[in-house]
Amino acid sequence: MSDLITGETGDWEVVIGLEIHAQVTTKAKLFSGAPTEFGAEPNTQVSLVDAALPGMLPVINKEVVRQAVRTGLGLGAKINLVSVFDRKNYFYPDLPQGYQISQYQQPIVGEGEVEVELEDGSEKSIGIERLHLEQDAGKSVHDLHPAKTYIDLNRSGVALMEIVSKPDMRSAAEAGAYVRKMRSILRYLGTCDGNMQEGSLRCDCNVSVRRPGEELGTRCEIKNVNSIRFVQQAIDYEARRQVEIVEEGGEIAQETRLFDPNRGETRSMRSKEDAHDYRYFPDPDLLPLEIEQSFVDALAADLPELPDAKKMRFVEQYGLAPHDADQIVEDRETAEFYESLAEGRDAKLAANWLLGELFAALNKSDNTLADSPISADGFGRLLDMISDGTISGRIAKDVFVEMFESGRDAEAIVEEKGLRQVSDTGAIEALVDGVLAENPDKIAEYKGGKDKLFGFFIGQVMKKSQGKANPALVNELMRTRLDG
Amino acid sequence: MSLDKATVQNIAHLARIRVEDERLDAMVGELNAILGWVEQLSEVDTDGVPPLASVTGHGLPMRADEVTEGDLSEKVLANAPDPAGQFYSVPKVID
Repeated sequence: MSDLITGETGDWEVVIGLEIHAQVTTKAKLFSGAPTEFGAEPNTQVSLVDAALPGMLPVINKEVVRQAVRTGLGLGAKINLVSVFDRKNYFYPDLPQGYQISQYQQPIVGEGEVEVELEDGSEKSIGIERLHLEQDAGKSVHDLHPAKTYIDLNRSGVALMEIVSKPDMRSAAEAGAYVRKMRSILRYLGTCDGNMQEGSLRCDCNVSVRRPGEELGTRCEIKNVNSIRFVQQAIDYEARRQVEIVEEGGEIAQETRLFDPNRGETRSMRSKEDAHDYRYFPDPDLLPLEIEQSFVDALAADLPELPDAKKMRFVEQYGLAPHDADQIVEDRETAEFYESLAEGRDAKLAANWLLGELFAALNKSDNTLADSPISADGFGRLLDMISDGTISGRIAKDVFVEMFESGRDAEAIVEEKGLRQVSDTGAIEALVDGVLAENPDKIAEYKGGKDKLFGFFIGQVMKKSQGKANPALVNELMRTRLDG
Repeated sequence: MSLDKATVQNIAHLARIRVEDERLDAMVGELNAILGWVEQLSEVDTDGVPPLASVTGHGLPMRADEVTEGDLSEKVLANAPDPAGQFYSVPKVID
Protein backbone atom coordinates (compact mmCIF):
# COMPACT_ATOMS: atom_id res chain seq x y z
CA MET A 1 0.00 0.00 0.00
CA SER A 2 1.79 3.09 -1.14
CA ASP A 3 0.03 6.42 -1.01
CA LEU A 4 1.24 8.62 -3.83
CA ILE A 5 0.95 12.36 -3.49
CA THR A 6 -0.69 14.02 -6.44
CA GLY A 7 1.07 17.27 -7.25
CA GLU A 8 0.57 19.82 -10.02
CA THR A 9 2.91 17.94 -12.33
CA GLY A 10 2.10 14.32 -11.49
CA ASP A 11 2.49 11.76 -8.77
CA TRP A 12 5.16 11.71 -6.07
CA GLU A 13 6.23 8.98 -3.73
CA VAL A 14 7.24 9.77 -0.17
CA VAL A 15 10.14 7.81 1.30
CA ILE A 16 10.38 7.58 5.08
CA GLY A 17 12.96 6.20 7.47
CA LEU A 18 12.57 6.50 11.24
CA GLU A 19 15.01 6.73 14.12
CA ILE A 20 13.32 5.73 17.34
CA HIS A 21 14.93 6.74 20.61
CA ALA A 22 13.75 4.35 23.30
CA GLN A 23 14.71 4.87 26.91
CA VAL A 24 15.99 1.59 28.32
CA THR A 25 14.05 0.50 31.39
CA THR A 26 16.67 0.52 34.14
CA LYS A 27 17.01 1.89 37.65
CA ALA A 28 20.35 3.60 37.03
CA LYS A 29 21.86 5.46 34.08
CA LEU A 30 23.97 4.08 31.23
CA PHE A 31 27.36 5.01 32.71
CA SER A 32 26.58 6.17 36.26
CA GLY A 33 24.70 5.12 39.38
CA ALA A 34 22.27 8.07 39.32
CA PRO A 35 18.54 7.25 39.18
CA THR A 36 16.39 7.51 36.05
CA GLU A 37 12.92 8.13 37.46
CA PHE A 38 10.74 10.59 35.59
CA GLY A 39 9.58 13.85 37.15
CA ALA A 40 12.17 14.42 39.91
CA GLU A 41 13.21 17.91 41.08
CA PRO A 42 15.73 19.51 38.70
CA ASN A 43 19.33 18.27 38.96
CA THR A 44 18.63 15.86 41.84
CA GLN A 45 19.35 12.77 39.74
CA VAL A 46 22.74 13.82 38.51
CA SER A 47 26.04 12.18 39.40
CA LEU A 48 29.38 13.84 38.86
CA VAL A 49 29.76 11.65 35.76
CA ASP A 50 26.48 12.96 34.31
CA ALA A 51 27.56 16.54 35.00
CA ALA A 52 30.83 15.78 33.18
CA LEU A 53 33.10 17.01 35.93
CA PRO A 54 36.75 16.54 34.97
CA GLY A 55 38.28 13.18 35.78
CA MET A 56 35.01 11.29 36.06
CA LEU A 57 34.99 7.94 34.26
CA PRO A 58 31.99 6.15 32.73
CA VAL A 59 31.27 2.56 33.85
CA ILE A 60 28.64 0.74 31.82
CA ASN A 61 25.42 -0.56 33.39
CA LYS A 62 25.21 -4.29 32.69
CA GLU A 63 21.41 -4.28 32.62
CA VAL A 64 21.45 -1.86 29.67
CA VAL A 65 23.53 -4.34 27.70
CA ARG A 66 21.14 -7.14 28.60
CA GLN A 67 18.09 -5.10 27.55
CA ALA A 68 19.68 -4.00 24.27
CA VAL A 69 20.47 -7.60 23.36
CA ARG A 70 16.96 -8.74 24.28
CA THR A 71 15.52 -5.96 22.10
CA GLY A 72 17.75 -6.99 19.22
CA LEU A 73 16.57 -10.59 19.61
CA GLY A 74 12.94 -9.41 19.71
CA LEU A 75 13.51 -7.61 16.41
CA GLY A 76 14.99 -10.74 14.88
CA ALA A 77 18.23 -8.82 14.45
CA LYS A 78 21.89 -9.75 14.33
CA ILE A 79 23.60 -9.35 17.72
CA ASN A 80 27.17 -8.09 17.47
CA LEU A 81 29.38 -9.77 20.06
CA VAL A 82 31.82 -6.87 19.83
CA SER A 83 30.61 -3.29 19.73
CA VAL A 84 32.36 0.03 20.29
CA PHE A 85 31.41 3.27 22.03
CA ASP A 86 32.30 6.48 20.22
CA ARG A 87 32.16 10.14 21.04
CA LYS A 88 29.79 12.22 18.93
CA ASN A 89 31.04 15.76 19.30
CA TYR A 90 28.82 18.82 19.38
CA PHE A 91 28.13 21.75 21.66
CA TYR A 92 24.84 22.41 23.34
CA PRO A 93 24.15 23.61 26.88
CA ASP A 94 22.28 20.45 27.84
CA LEU A 95 25.26 18.29 26.82
CA PRO A 96 27.83 18.96 29.54
CA GLN A 97 30.50 16.59 28.16
CA GLY A 98 30.60 18.41 24.84
CA TYR A 99 30.08 14.98 23.27
CA GLN A 100 27.51 12.26 23.47
CA ILE A 101 28.75 8.73 24.08
CA SER A 102 27.12 6.70 21.32
CA GLN A 103 27.95 3.83 18.99
CA TYR A 104 28.85 4.64 15.41
CA GLN A 105 30.51 2.09 13.17
CA GLN A 106 30.09 -0.93 15.44
CA PRO A 107 26.64 -0.91 17.08
CA ILE A 108 25.55 -3.66 19.47
CA VAL A 109 22.71 -4.78 17.16
CA GLY A 110 22.74 -5.02 13.37
CA GLU A 111 20.07 -5.66 10.74
CA GLY A 112 16.63 -6.98 11.59
CA GLU A 113 13.03 -6.79 10.49
CA VAL A 114 9.59 -5.85 11.78
CA GLU A 115 6.23 -6.91 10.33
CA VAL A 116 3.53 -4.26 10.43
CA GLU A 117 -0.15 -4.64 9.67
CA LEU A 118 -1.60 -1.87 7.53
CA GLU A 119 -5.11 -0.47 7.55
CA ASP A 120 -6.24 -2.54 4.59
CA GLY A 121 -5.26 -5.70 6.47
CA SER A 122 -2.12 -6.35 4.40
CA GLU A 123 1.27 -6.87 6.01
CA LYS A 124 4.54 -5.18 5.21
CA SER A 125 8.03 -5.90 6.37
CA ILE A 126 10.10 -2.89 7.49
CA GLY A 127 13.86 -3.35 7.65
CA ILE A 128 15.87 -2.43 10.73
CA GLU A 129 19.29 -1.00 9.93
CA ARG A 130 20.76 -1.13 13.42
CA LEU A 131 20.21 -0.55 17.12
CA HIS A 132 22.85 1.26 19.13
CA LEU A 133 23.24 2.44 22.69
CA GLU A 134 23.79 6.08 23.59
CA GLN A 135 23.39 8.64 26.35
CA ASP A 136 20.43 10.96 26.55
CA ALA A 137 21.14 14.70 26.91
CA GLY A 138 19.76 16.98 29.64
CA LYS A 139 16.65 19.07 29.25
CA SER A 140 16.62 22.72 28.16
CA VAL A 141 13.79 24.82 29.54
CA HIS A 142 13.24 27.91 27.43
CA ASP A 143 10.12 29.38 28.94
CA LEU A 144 11.00 30.16 32.56
CA HIS A 145 13.03 33.31 31.92
CA PRO A 146 12.86 35.85 29.08
CA ALA A 147 16.61 35.96 28.45
CA LYS A 148 17.83 32.64 29.79
CA THR A 149 17.60 28.94 29.17
CA TYR A 150 17.46 26.74 32.24
CA ILE A 151 19.16 23.37 32.21
CA ASP A 152 18.11 20.24 34.10
CA LEU A 153 20.58 17.36 33.80
CA ASN A 154 18.32 14.66 35.28
CA ARG A 155 18.00 13.01 31.90
CA SER A 156 21.68 13.46 31.12
CA GLY A 157 23.28 10.05 30.77
CA VAL A 158 20.05 8.05 30.78
CA ALA A 159 20.43 5.00 28.52
CA LEU A 160 18.76 5.16 25.12
CA MET A 161 18.46 2.63 22.36
CA GLU A 162 18.43 4.31 18.98
CA ILE A 163 16.64 2.02 16.57
CA VAL A 164 17.21 3.02 12.96
CA SER A 165 14.88 1.72 10.27
CA LYS A 166 15.68 1.35 6.60
CA PRO A 167 13.90 3.87 4.35
CA ASP A 168 11.16 1.32 3.75
CA MET A 169 8.02 3.27 4.55
CA ARG A 170 5.94 4.94 1.85
CA SER A 171 3.18 6.74 3.73
CA ALA A 172 2.46 8.41 7.05
CA ALA A 173 0.10 5.54 7.86
CA GLU A 174 2.92 3.00 7.39
CA ALA A 175 5.18 5.08 9.63
CA GLY A 176 2.44 5.20 12.27
CA ALA A 177 1.94 1.43 12.07
CA TYR A 178 5.69 0.90 12.42
CA VAL A 179 5.99 3.07 15.54
CA ARG A 180 2.97 1.33 17.07
CA LYS A 181 4.47 -2.07 16.37
CA MET A 182 7.89 -1.09 17.70
CA ARG A 183 6.31 0.29 20.85
CA SER A 184 4.33 -2.90 21.28
CA ILE A 185 7.45 -5.11 20.92
CA LEU A 186 9.46 -2.97 23.36
CA ARG A 187 6.67 -3.11 25.92
CA TYR A 188 6.28 -6.87 25.57
CA LEU A 189 10.02 -7.24 26.12
CA GLY A 190 9.91 -4.79 29.01
CA THR A 191 12.98 -3.04 27.62
CA CYS A 192 11.25 0.38 27.27
CA ASP A 193 7.97 1.52 28.79
CA GLY A 194 7.00 3.18 25.50
CA ASN A 195 5.60 6.25 27.24
CA MET A 196 5.67 8.95 24.57
CA GLN A 197 4.23 11.72 26.79
CA GLU A 198 7.10 11.35 29.22
CA GLY A 199 9.60 11.15 26.37
CA SER A 200 10.59 7.51 26.93
CA LEU A 201 9.95 6.94 23.23
CA ARG A 202 10.71 9.67 20.69
CA CYS A 203 10.98 9.63 16.99
CA ASP A 204 13.10 11.38 14.35
CA CYS A 205 11.53 11.16 10.89
CA ASN A 206 13.62 11.23 7.72
CA VAL A 207 11.43 12.28 4.83
CA SER A 208 12.12 12.73 1.13
CA VAL A 209 10.04 12.67 -2.05
CA ARG A 210 10.72 11.30 -5.53
CA ARG A 211 8.98 10.28 -8.72
CA PRO A 212 7.92 6.64 -8.25
CA GLY A 213 10.82 4.33 -9.06
CA GLU A 214 13.43 7.07 -9.40
CA GLU A 215 16.48 7.88 -7.28
CA LEU A 216 16.00 8.98 -3.69
CA GLY A 217 15.46 12.71 -3.20
CA THR A 218 17.23 14.91 -0.64
CA ARG A 219 15.88 14.21 2.82
CA CYS A 220 14.97 16.37 5.77
CA GLU A 221 15.04 15.11 9.32
CA ILE A 222 12.21 16.08 11.66
CA LYS A 223 13.50 15.83 15.23
CA ASN A 224 11.94 14.62 18.45
CA VAL A 225 8.36 13.93 17.49
CA ASN A 226 6.61 12.60 20.58
CA SER A 227 3.33 11.02 19.54
CA ILE A 228 2.21 8.65 16.81
CA ARG A 229 -0.36 11.16 15.61
CA PHE A 230 2.31 13.87 15.36
CA VAL A 231 4.61 11.50 13.45
CA GLN A 232 1.90 11.11 10.84
CA GLN A 233 1.02 14.81 10.74
CA ALA A 234 4.66 15.83 10.48
CA ILE A 235 5.32 13.42 7.61
CA ASP A 236 2.21 14.48 5.69
CA TYR A 237 3.06 18.15 6.07
CA GLU A 238 6.74 17.68 5.22
CA ALA A 239 6.06 15.58 2.11
CA ARG A 240 3.64 18.18 0.74
CA ARG A 241 6.09 20.97 1.50
CA GLN A 242 8.84 19.18 -0.41
CA VAL A 243 6.58 18.41 -3.38
CA GLU A 244 5.62 22.09 -3.62
CA ILE A 245 9.25 23.21 -3.56
CA VAL A 246 10.39 20.72 -6.20
CA GLU A 247 7.43 21.43 -8.47
CA GLU A 248 8.18 25.13 -8.34
CA GLY A 249 11.65 24.33 -9.59
CA GLY A 250 13.35 24.66 -6.22
CA GLU A 251 15.72 22.31 -4.43
CA ILE A 252 15.30 20.64 -1.05
CA ALA A 253 17.94 21.75 1.43
CA GLN A 254 19.10 18.85 3.61
CA GLU A 255 18.36 20.10 7.09
CA THR A 256 16.99 19.36 10.51
CA ARG A 257 13.44 20.52 11.13
CA LEU A 258 11.11 20.77 14.10
CA PHE A 259 7.45 19.80 14.16
CA ASP A 260 5.18 22.38 15.75
CA PRO A 261 2.07 20.51 16.92
CA ASN A 262 0.10 23.72 17.48
CA ARG A 263 0.48 24.83 13.89
CA GLY A 264 0.71 21.35 12.39
CA GLU A 265 3.81 22.32 10.40
CA THR A 266 7.55 21.72 10.32
CA ARG A 267 10.12 24.49 10.37
CA SER A 268 13.85 24.73 9.89
CA MET A 269 15.89 24.16 13.04
CA ARG A 270 19.52 24.40 12.15
CA SER A 271 21.42 24.29 8.91
CA LYS A 272 23.33 21.24 7.83
CA GLU A 273 26.87 22.66 7.88
CA ASP A 274 27.61 22.12 11.55
CA ALA A 275 24.93 19.63 12.36
CA HIS A 276 26.43 16.59 10.69
CA ASP A 277 30.09 17.16 11.35
CA TYR A 278 30.24 15.20 14.57
CA ARG A 279 33.88 14.02 14.30
CA TYR A 280 33.15 10.61 15.82
CA PHE A 281 36.03 8.74 17.37
CA PRO A 282 36.24 5.75 19.74
CA ASP A 283 35.81 6.85 23.35
CA PRO A 284 39.18 6.32 25.02
CA ASP A 285 37.45 5.94 28.41
CA LEU A 286 35.63 2.78 27.31
CA LEU A 287 37.01 -0.53 26.08
CA PRO A 288 35.07 -2.31 23.35
CA LEU A 289 31.95 -4.04 24.67
CA GLU A 290 32.43 -7.79 24.29
CA ILE A 291 29.69 -10.29 25.06
CA GLU A 292 29.59 -14.09 24.86
CA GLN A 293 27.36 -16.06 22.50
CA SER A 294 26.21 -18.09 25.52
CA PHE A 295 24.94 -14.86 27.15
CA VAL A 296 22.95 -14.08 23.99
CA ASP A 297 21.60 -17.63 23.76
CA ALA A 298 20.42 -17.60 27.36
CA LEU A 299 18.53 -14.33 26.76
CA ALA A 300 17.04 -15.69 23.54
CA ALA A 301 15.74 -18.77 25.37
CA ASP A 302 14.03 -16.57 27.91
CA LEU A 303 12.16 -14.10 25.68
CA PRO A 304 8.42 -13.74 26.27
CA GLU A 305 5.85 -14.55 23.59
CA LEU A 306 5.95 -11.53 21.29
CA PRO A 307 2.99 -9.87 19.49
CA ASP A 308 3.39 -11.69 16.15
CA ALA A 309 3.51 -15.12 17.77
CA LYS A 310 0.66 -14.26 20.10
CA LYS A 311 -1.44 -13.01 17.19
CA MET A 312 -0.92 -16.28 15.31
CA ARG A 313 -1.83 -18.26 18.39
CA PHE A 314 -4.99 -16.20 18.96
CA VAL A 315 -6.10 -16.76 15.37
CA GLU A 316 -5.58 -20.52 15.72
CA GLN A 317 -6.63 -21.10 19.30
CA TYR A 318 -9.59 -18.70 19.51
CA GLY A 319 -10.58 -18.50 15.86
CA LEU A 320 -10.18 -14.70 15.79
CA ALA A 321 -10.00 -12.68 12.58
CA PRO A 322 -6.36 -11.56 12.05
CA HIS A 323 -7.32 -7.90 12.29
CA ASP A 324 -9.11 -8.41 15.62
CA ALA A 325 -6.20 -10.47 16.92
CA ASP A 326 -3.85 -7.66 15.89
CA GLN A 327 -5.78 -5.12 17.93
CA ILE A 328 -5.93 -7.38 20.95
CA VAL A 329 -2.24 -8.29 21.02
CA GLU A 330 -0.89 -4.74 20.56
CA ASP A 331 -0.78 -4.30 24.33
CA ARG A 332 0.34 -7.16 26.48
CA GLU A 333 -2.17 -6.12 29.18
CA THR A 334 -5.04 -6.23 26.69
CA ALA A 335 -3.95 -9.66 25.50
CA GLU A 336 -3.84 -10.93 29.08
CA PHE A 337 -7.25 -9.38 29.82
CA TYR A 338 -8.62 -11.07 26.72
CA GLU A 339 -7.23 -14.46 27.60
CA SER A 340 -8.78 -14.45 31.04
CA LEU A 341 -12.05 -13.22 29.52
CA ALA A 342 -12.08 -15.88 26.79
CA GLU A 343 -11.13 -18.72 29.15
CA GLY A 344 -14.02 -21.18 29.15
CA ARG A 345 -16.27 -18.82 27.14
CA ASP A 346 -17.26 -18.12 23.55
CA ALA A 347 -13.94 -16.63 22.39
CA LYS A 348 -15.42 -14.64 19.53
CA LEU A 349 -18.17 -13.19 21.70
CA ALA A 350 -15.44 -12.17 24.15
CA ALA A 351 -13.40 -10.50 21.36
CA ASN A 352 -16.44 -8.65 20.03
CA TRP A 353 -17.43 -7.30 23.42
CA LEU A 354 -13.86 -6.37 24.34
CA LEU A 355 -13.11 -4.57 21.06
CA GLY A 356 -16.62 -3.19 20.71
CA GLU A 357 -18.23 -2.12 23.96
CA LEU A 358 -15.29 -1.98 26.36
CA PHE A 359 -12.82 -0.27 24.02
CA ALA A 360 -15.44 2.22 22.86
CA ALA A 361 -16.34 3.09 26.45
CA LEU A 362 -12.68 3.41 27.46
CA ASN A 363 -11.90 5.63 24.48
CA LYS A 364 -14.92 7.79 25.11
CA SER A 365 -13.95 8.33 28.75
CA ASP A 366 -10.29 8.81 27.77
CA ASN A 367 -9.18 5.85 29.84
CA THR A 368 -7.02 2.82 29.23
CA LEU A 369 -7.68 -0.78 30.16
CA ALA A 370 -5.64 -0.29 33.32
CA ASP A 371 -8.29 2.16 34.58
CA SER A 372 -11.22 0.01 33.49
CA PRO A 373 -13.98 -0.05 36.12
CA ILE A 374 -14.89 -3.51 34.84
CA SER A 375 -12.55 -6.41 35.60
CA ALA A 376 -12.05 -9.33 33.22
CA ASP A 377 -13.88 -11.48 35.75
CA GLY A 378 -16.88 -9.12 36.07
CA PHE A 379 -17.01 -8.63 32.32
CA GLY A 380 -16.93 -12.40 31.88
CA ARG A 381 -19.94 -12.85 34.17
CA LEU A 382 -21.91 -10.42 31.97
CA LEU A 383 -21.02 -12.51 28.91
CA ASP A 384 -22.06 -15.65 30.79
CA MET A 385 -25.52 -14.15 31.31
CA ILE A 386 -25.83 -13.63 27.55
CA SER A 387 -24.61 -17.13 26.77
CA ASP A 388 -26.95 -18.88 29.19
CA GLY A 389 -29.94 -16.81 28.05
CA THR A 390 -30.42 -14.91 31.32
CA ILE A 391 -30.42 -11.62 29.41
CA SER A 392 -30.49 -10.74 25.73
CA GLY A 393 -27.55 -9.17 23.94
CA ARG A 394 -29.58 -5.97 23.64
CA ILE A 395 -30.23 -5.77 27.38
CA ALA A 396 -26.60 -6.68 28.04
CA LYS A 397 -25.53 -3.48 26.36
CA ASP A 398 -27.59 -1.45 28.81
CA VAL A 399 -26.24 -3.47 31.72
CA PHE A 400 -22.71 -2.88 30.40
CA VAL A 401 -23.22 0.89 30.35
CA GLU A 402 -24.35 0.80 33.95
CA MET A 403 -21.49 -1.48 34.99
CA PHE A 404 -19.01 0.89 33.36
CA GLU A 405 -20.49 3.93 35.08
CA SER A 406 -21.03 2.47 38.53
CA GLY A 407 -18.49 -0.35 38.70
CA ARG A 408 -21.27 -2.65 40.00
CA ASP A 409 -21.76 -6.34 39.20
CA ALA A 410 -23.81 -7.43 36.22
CA GLU A 411 -25.87 -9.80 38.40
CA ALA A 412 -26.81 -7.06 40.85
CA ILE A 413 -27.90 -4.70 38.09
CA VAL A 414 -29.95 -7.36 36.32
CA GLU A 415 -31.70 -8.39 39.55
CA GLU A 416 -32.36 -4.88 40.75
CA LYS A 417 -33.85 -3.72 37.47
CA GLY A 418 -35.64 -6.96 36.71
CA LEU A 419 -33.88 -7.36 33.38
CA ARG A 420 -33.95 -11.14 33.19
CA GLN A 421 -34.92 -12.31 29.79
CA VAL A 422 -38.45 -13.66 29.58
CA SER A 423 -38.24 -17.15 28.13
CA ASP A 424 -41.60 -18.29 29.46
CA THR A 425 -43.52 -19.44 26.38
CA GLY A 426 -46.90 -18.64 27.90
CA ALA A 427 -45.92 -15.06 28.76
CA ILE A 428 -44.51 -14.45 25.31
CA GLU A 429 -47.52 -16.00 23.61
CA ALA A 430 -49.70 -13.55 25.50
CA LEU A 431 -47.61 -10.65 24.23
CA VAL A 432 -47.70 -11.96 20.68
CA ASP A 433 -51.43 -12.37 20.76
CA GLY A 434 -51.85 -8.91 22.22
CA VAL A 435 -49.87 -7.33 19.41
CA LEU A 436 -51.74 -9.26 16.73
CA ALA A 437 -55.10 -8.33 18.25
CA GLU A 438 -54.17 -4.65 18.09
CA ASN A 439 -53.17 -4.79 14.41
CA PRO A 440 -55.77 -6.63 12.32
CA ASP A 441 -55.13 -4.30 9.33
CA LYS A 442 -51.37 -5.04 9.38
CA ILE A 443 -52.07 -8.76 9.49
CA ALA A 444 -54.18 -8.42 6.38
CA GLU A 445 -51.38 -6.51 4.64
CA TYR A 446 -48.86 -9.14 5.72
CA LYS A 447 -51.00 -11.97 4.41
CA GLY A 448 -51.40 -9.93 1.23
CA GLY A 449 -47.64 -10.27 0.62
CA LYS A 450 -46.04 -7.43 2.60
CA ASP A 451 -43.43 -9.71 4.21
CA LYS A 452 -41.48 -6.87 5.75
CA LEU A 453 -44.20 -6.39 8.34
CA PHE A 454 -42.90 -9.44 10.17
CA GLY A 455 -40.17 -7.23 11.60
CA PHE A 456 -42.79 -4.73 12.72
CA PHE A 457 -44.66 -7.38 14.73
CA ILE A 458 -41.46 -8.58 16.38
CA GLY A 459 -40.54 -5.01 17.22
CA GLN A 460 -43.90 -4.40 18.87
CA VAL A 461 -43.57 -7.51 21.03
CA MET A 462 -40.05 -6.56 22.11
CA LYS A 463 -41.30 -3.10 22.95
CA LYS A 464 -44.13 -4.44 25.07
CA SER A 465 -41.69 -6.67 26.93
CA GLN A 466 -39.34 -3.71 27.48
CA GLY A 467 -36.70 -5.61 25.59
CA LYS A 468 -36.79 -8.55 27.94
CA ALA A 469 -38.51 -11.13 25.75
CA ASN A 470 -36.22 -13.81 24.40
CA PRO A 471 -35.93 -12.72 20.74
CA ALA A 472 -35.53 -16.25 19.41
CA LEU A 473 -38.70 -17.38 21.15
CA VAL A 474 -40.64 -14.32 20.00
CA ASN A 475 -39.59 -15.08 16.46
CA GLU A 476 -40.58 -18.68 16.68
CA LEU A 477 -43.98 -18.01 18.22
CA MET A 478 -44.78 -15.18 15.84
CA ARG A 479 -43.85 -17.40 12.93
CA THR A 480 -46.23 -20.09 14.16
CA ARG A 481 -49.07 -17.63 14.62
CA LEU A 482 -48.71 -15.84 11.29
CA ASP A 483 -47.50 -18.54 8.92
CA GLY A 484 -48.37 -21.73 10.78
CA MET B 1 47.29 13.85 4.83
CA SER B 2 47.66 17.58 4.96
CA LEU B 3 45.35 20.26 6.28
CA ASP B 4 44.77 23.57 4.52
CA LYS B 5 43.98 26.87 6.16
CA ALA B 6 40.22 26.64 5.61
CA THR B 7 40.07 23.19 7.19
CA VAL B 8 41.99 24.35 10.24
CA GLN B 9 39.66 27.31 10.57
CA ASN B 10 36.67 24.98 10.37
CA ILE B 11 38.10 22.62 12.98
CA ALA B 12 38.68 25.58 15.29
CA HIS B 13 35.11 26.70 14.71
CA LEU B 14 33.69 23.22 15.42
CA ALA B 15 35.77 23.08 18.61
CA ARG B 16 34.62 26.59 19.54
CA ILE B 17 38.21 27.82 19.76
CA ARG B 18 38.84 31.32 18.52
CA VAL B 19 41.95 31.50 16.36
CA GLU B 20 43.01 34.93 15.14
CA ASP B 21 43.84 35.13 11.44
CA GLU B 22 47.51 35.86 12.01
CA ARG B 23 47.84 32.68 14.10
CA LEU B 24 46.30 30.48 11.39
CA ASP B 25 49.35 29.93 9.19
CA ALA B 26 51.46 28.89 12.14
CA MET B 27 48.72 26.57 13.37
CA VAL B 28 48.39 24.90 9.98
CA GLY B 29 52.10 24.12 10.15
CA GLU B 30 51.93 22.79 13.72
CA LEU B 31 48.92 20.56 13.07
CA ASN B 32 50.44 19.16 9.88
CA ALA B 33 53.64 18.38 11.73
CA ILE B 34 51.67 16.45 14.37
CA LEU B 35 49.72 14.58 11.70
CA GLY B 36 52.92 13.75 9.87
CA TRP B 37 54.44 12.36 13.03
CA VAL B 38 51.41 10.16 13.76
CA GLU B 39 51.28 9.09 10.14
CA GLN B 40 54.56 7.21 10.56
CA LEU B 41 52.38 4.50 12.14
CA SER B 42 50.98 3.70 8.72
CA GLU B 43 54.41 2.39 7.72
CA VAL B 44 53.76 -0.66 9.92
CA ASP B 45 52.10 -3.52 8.08
CA THR B 46 48.92 -4.33 10.05
CA ASP B 47 47.17 -6.50 7.46
CA GLY B 48 45.35 -9.31 9.24
CA VAL B 49 46.14 -7.94 12.71
CA PRO B 50 42.98 -7.41 14.77
CA PRO B 51 42.61 -3.99 16.44
CA LEU B 52 43.98 -3.94 19.98
CA ALA B 53 42.11 -1.70 22.40
CA SER B 54 44.02 -2.60 25.54
CA VAL B 55 47.12 -4.51 26.57
CA THR B 56 45.84 -5.35 30.06
CA GLY B 57 43.70 -8.27 28.90
CA HIS B 58 40.76 -7.04 30.96
CA GLY B 59 37.41 -6.52 29.29
CA LEU B 60 35.09 -3.57 29.76
CA PRO B 61 34.25 -3.33 33.47
CA MET B 62 30.51 -3.24 34.18
CA ARG B 63 28.34 -2.02 37.05
CA ALA B 64 25.15 -3.55 38.43
CA ASP B 65 21.88 -1.71 37.77
CA GLU B 66 21.73 -0.08 41.18
CA VAL B 67 21.16 3.50 42.21
CA THR B 68 24.28 4.51 44.10
CA GLU B 69 24.28 8.27 43.59
CA GLY B 70 21.91 11.22 43.40
CA ASP B 71 20.69 14.10 45.55
CA LEU B 72 23.93 15.90 44.84
CA SER B 73 22.38 18.99 43.33
CA GLU B 74 24.27 21.34 45.63
CA LYS B 75 27.60 19.81 44.72
CA VAL B 76 26.66 19.49 41.09
CA LEU B 77 25.66 23.15 40.87
CA ALA B 78 28.52 24.39 43.07
CA ASN B 79 30.64 25.37 40.07
CA ALA B 80 27.82 26.72 37.93
CA PRO B 81 28.52 30.40 37.21
CA ASP B 82 24.89 31.44 37.20
CA PRO B 83 22.56 28.91 38.85
CA ALA B 84 18.85 29.73 39.07
CA GLY B 85 17.24 27.80 41.88
CA GLN B 86 17.99 24.17 41.17
CA PHE B 87 18.71 24.85 37.51
CA TYR B 88 21.83 25.80 35.63
CA SER B 89 21.13 28.87 33.57
CA VAL B 90 22.75 30.00 30.33
CA PRO B 91 22.04 32.81 27.88
CA LYS B 92 18.88 31.96 25.94
CA VAL B 93 19.39 29.27 23.33
CA ILE B 94 16.76 29.15 20.65
CA ASP B 95 16.72 26.54 17.95
